[in-house]
This record gives sequence, C-alpha cells and structure tokens, in this order.
Amino acid sequence: MAELIPTPPAQGLTPVSLPDVVLDAAPLIPIWSIAPYQGQADRVGALLETHLGLGFPAAGMTFSNGTVSIAWSGYEQAFLMGAAPDASLSAHAALTDQSDAWARLVLSGPLARTVLARLVPLDLSPAAFPVGAAARSMLGHMNMLITQPEAGVFTLMIYRSMTATAVHELSQVMAMVSARAAL
Amino acid sequence: MQIPCPLCGLRDSREFTCKGHAVTLDRPAADAPPEEWHDYIHLRDNPAGPTRELWYHGGGCGAWLIVTRDTATHAVHGATLASEARHAG
Repeated sequence: MAELIPTPPAQGLTPVSLPDVVLDAAPLIPIWSIAPYQGQADRVGALLETHLGLGFPAAGMTFSNGTVSIAWSGYEQAFLMGAAPDASLSAHAALTDQSDAWARLVLSGPLARTVLARLVPLDLSPAAFPVGAAARSMLGHMNMLITQPEAGVFTLMIYRSMTATAVHELSQVMAMVSARAAL
Repeated sequence: MQIPCPLCGLRDSREFTCKGHAVTLDRPAADAPPEEWHDYIHLRDNPAGPTRELWYHGGGCGAWLIVTRDTATHAVHGATLASEARHAG
C-alpha cells in the first residue's frame, strides 16, 4: 500500500519568530470530536475517566492527563486530542476523526496576549481566561478554538483550509505589536 | 452590543447571527389549518419593547439562543439555550 506523507497544515509558513512573540505549529496529533447523544454526557464522561483518566469537560474547560487532552469545543461537543477514543464510546456519542480538518498554531511570548487582543474579541487576561480554559471565538473573521495549556502559551485551532490566512493575519499583527514595543 | 451566551459568557455581537422572532420555535402540527401555517410562516408582530428572538452563536459555541431584547432601547436582558426551552415546553 502507498505510504502517504503527512503534511503539516502550516508547512513552510511557521515558525514566525519576532522579539517577545513567536508563532509556531503544534505537532500533528489525532483530533476526535465527541458529541454525546441526548442525556449521555455523564456516561461518556465516565467512560473517558475509565479509559484515559479524563472526564467530559463542561463549557469552557479542558482536562489533560499529560499526553492526552480533551477540550470543550462547542455546544454538547468536545475534542479529544492525542489519542482515538475507545470504541465503547460510540454507543453513547457521535465520534468523528477531525485530525486533518484543523490547524493547531501555538502563540507564545510576553507579547502573545497583546497580539491576540487585536484579533480576538475575548478577555484573555489570566483572571478571565486561566490556564486550562477553552473558548470558541473568532480570530479575525475565522472560527477558532483557543486554549491555554500553560501560562502565556496559547493554542489556536482554526479550520485547516484557513491556515495561510491565519498565519498571515497573526504575523502582520505580531510585526506591528513587536515594532511598537521596541519604540 | 453584547449577548450573554449561557455557555460562553458575555460575547460581542459579531459572533452571532439573528434569525428573527422566537415564534418559529412553536411550529404548528402538520395537519394544522392553513390559517395557522400562514400565521406561523408570514405574520409577525413588530413590537416596540421587549421581544424574544432566536440568535445563532456561530462564531462561538454553535448553540441557538433565545435572546430577550428591547427593540426600543436596544438593551439585551438575557439569553437562554433554545434547546432547553424546547425540552421544557
């Protein structure tokens, strides 16, 4: 069988490295959407707990066991990242492999929040958006899932087809914010 | 204008799309008389004051919300999940 070569969504576009702010691509990992059927969220949470030591996250939450994480990704839906869900979940939730549908970008550095403030209509201060939080919002005009796995490091998930636009918009803002900070 | 999404919190209106009056939640039965269907599809009140509208949080969690809004003052008084209203009623 033909050996397919995995191509990262942001190949040739990242990293973008400026003083005090860096945009890079996160490693390619499995991304599975888990959407519990009506009234099954508790059952799904219990199965996730058994198999991975994770629960089903409430709105705006993420759980991580070190290698695998699960992030709330919308109304009655979460993304399991780093592993495929156990087959037993399929009786209680709609499972779809979305690994190739999303681009995961990582924005970090002391100016990361200032850059995001120009594109994202959210309060991303540590008080309003702590480590471990997840939010669906917009990056410019693009739908986005944003998480903060560690302090000051933001993972931005956008539709894979919009990767080049996202990197372009972010790099423009990074250049402006970085130049301003250097004044 | 900001809308308090029950899942996401207070969010900017750019994340939302308005469908119109929440009357569309109360769909008539399939065998309802034509007058009732005509009313459901075409006839709308035009209130100057509090109104219940359906908004879609497409730039956020993807839920449909029932937003209580005052058309005279533009004040947004609250929002609930449309799915909960359906299950309750």
